[in-house]
Amino acid sequence: MTSLKTASRSASFPKVPTGIPGLDEITEGGLPLGRSTMICGGPGCGKTMLGMEFLVRGARDFGEAGLFISFEEEKQCLVDNFSCFGGDLEAMIEKRLLKVTQIDLSAAEIIEAGSFSLDGLIAHIEHDIKTLHVKRLVIDSLDALFSAMARTDILRHEFSRLLRWLKSKGVTAVITGERGVDSLTKFGFEAYASDCVILLDHRINEQISKRRLRIIKYRGSSHGKDEYPYLINARGFSVLPVTSLQLNFTAESGWVSSGIKDLDKLCGGNGYYRGSSILLSGKAGTGKSSLSSAYASAACLRGEKCLYFSFEESEEQLTRNMLSVGIDMAPLLKQGLLNIQAFRPNYRGLEEHLFEMTAAIEAFQPTCVVIDPITNFVSVGTCEEVKSMLTRIIDHLKSRGITMAFTALTPGSGRPDETETDVSSMVDTWVALDLKLVGNSRRREIYVVKSRGMKHSHEICELEMSKHGFSLRSLAKEQIA
Amino acid sequence: MNQPVGEKWILKLYIAGMTPTARRALANLQAICEEHMAGSYSLEIIDLVESPALEDGEQIFAVPTLVRHLPPPLRKIIGDFSDTEKVLVGLDVKPISRS
Repeated sequence: MTSLKTASRSASFPKVPTGIPGLDEITEGGLPLGRSTMICGGPGCGKTMLGMEFLVRGARDFGEAGLFISFEEEKQCLVDNFSCFGGDLEAMIEKRLLKVTQIDLSAAEIIEAGSFSLDGLIAHIEHDIKTLHVKRLVIDSLDALFSAMARTDILRHEFSRLLRWLKSKGVTAVITGERGVDSLTKFGFEAYASDCVILLDHRINEQISKRRLRIIKYRGSSHGKDEYPYLINARGFSVLPVTSLQLNFTAESGWVSSGIKDLDKLCGGNGYYRGSSILLSGKAGTGKSSLSSAYASAACLRGEKCLYFSFEESEEQLTRNMLSVGIDMAPLLKQGLLNIQAFRPNYRGLEEHLFEMTAAIEAFQPTCVVIDPITNFVSVGTCEEVKSMLTRIIDHLKSRGITMAFTALTPGSGRPDETETDVSSMVDTWVALDLKLVGNSRRREIYVVKSRGMKHSHEICELEMSKHGFSLRSLAKEQIA
Repeated sequence: MNQPVGEKWILKLYIAGMTPTARRALANLQAICEEHMAGSYSLEIIDLVESPALEDGEQIFAVPTLVRHLPPPLRKIIGDFSDTEKVLVGLDVKPISRS
C-alpha cells in the first residue's frame, strides 16, 4: 500500500494519518503528530467537513478518540449532516470514540468586563483527554470565536497558549479559519501558531465548480506542492488521487491478450504488456468498442475481472451489440467477472468522474479496465484538464498493475485531434483503426502505431468482424498482387 | 448556597482553579454585589477544574465567566470584573449609560 510506503519514508517525523483518501499521500503520511494544523478557506469550501472527517476516520480506522469543538454549527446539525457521509456518528459518540461539544456564542449576550483566559475551554478539553483519551481535536472555527469577542488581543494570546498546551498533551489539532483578504486567515494565525497550513479553495470556472487543496506549509516535512482537486460527495472528503509523485511503478511482467489472436501477433506476438495502457483510436464505426470488448471478454474468459466504463452505450446496448461480433457478455456479467459501468460523462464533473471511477476500481478490484471512450470527457472539461485527469487514472491503474484500454474517437477528417495526440504520448501501446473507401465499399483497417518495449509489426491489416469473431488480413500481399 | 425566595439576582461564577485572576475576579464581584445588590442575590462558584463534567450546560470557554440566570435574559459576563461599569450593565443594576 502506498500509505505504508509514505509512512516509512518519513518515519523520522511522526505523523497522524487522516485516513482521508489522497490527503495522506500528499502530506506524506498525514498531519503533524501532537501539533496544530490550520485549515483555511472561504465559506462553503469544506473546512468543517475536513475537520470532522479527520475525527470520524481517526475513530473508525485508527481507534483514536476525537473531540470536535464547534463554535459555529449546532451539535445536532453537525451529527445529522455528517451521518450522511457513511459514518454513524451517533454510534461513535456512544462508543466514546467521538465527542461533539458545541459552544454557542450567540445564545447569551456576552459582555466583557476585564481580562480573561481560555482556561474554561482547556478544563473541558483536559477532562475529555483524561476520560475519553482524546488524541484528535478540531476547533471550528477560529472566526466564530474571534468575532464573538472584543478583546482579540487577549484572545490571540490565549489561543496561542491553548495550542501550546495541546502540544504538551500530544493532541493533534485541526483549527479551521476563514480565509482573509491579505492573509490566509483573517487573524493571521497561520504565521506563527500552526505547524501545517492547508488551503481549501472553491471556485467556479465556466459554471463548473472546482475545488482545490494546497498545502501552504508543513514545518519539518516535505509535501506535495501542487494544487490538488478535492471532492465532497456521498463518501465524504477525498483529495484526488493520488498521482504518484514519482514514476516508480514496478513493471509487470507477462502479457494480456488483446482478445484477437491476429492482433496479438501484430503487437509482437503475445498481445499487450500486463499493467500497460492501450489506446484504441479511430473514426466512428471503425470497431473501437468491439476491440475493447474483445479485450475485456478475453480477460474474463481467463478468469480475470474486468471493469468496463461505457460512456456511450448502456449495459444492455453493449451486450446486445457485441453479440454481432461473436462476443457474449451475458455469462461473464452473470459470473461477476465483467462489470459494466455505463453513464454519460456530462452527468458529472471531471473530478467526480475520476473519483467515482477510482472508487469503482477499488471496489471491484479488476485486473483489466476499459474506458470507452475517453474523448467524451472533452464535453466536461478543457483538453488540459482531461489530459491531467487521464494521467491520474493511468497512474492510479499502473500503480495497481491493472491493464487499461482506452478508446478515442478520431474526427471524420481522419486527422488525429488534440486529445488523441496528447493521450497517445501517455499510453504504452497505440492501435489505430481506420475506414478506407475501396471501390464501392468501406474497408476497416488496423495498425499498431506504437508499442513501447515490443517488437510490433508496422503492417496495415484489414480487420474483419462477424458473428464468428475477428480476423486480420494482411494487405501487403494484396498491394503486391 | 441556599437561595431564599425573592432573590432578584441568581448568579453563577465559573472559574478554572483559584488562580490570581480568579481571586481578583471574585473580590471585584463580591464588592460590586455587596455594594449594589446586598441581600438580594445568590452567587454560586463553580470550579471547572474540579467539576468539569458540565457537558453542554453553560458552554463556558473563557474564565472567569459570570452567568446571570436571573433576571432574564441569560447573560454572560466574561473577565476579571475590573471594569465595574460593564459589570453593572451586565447585571442590569443600572441602565446603560449613554454618553
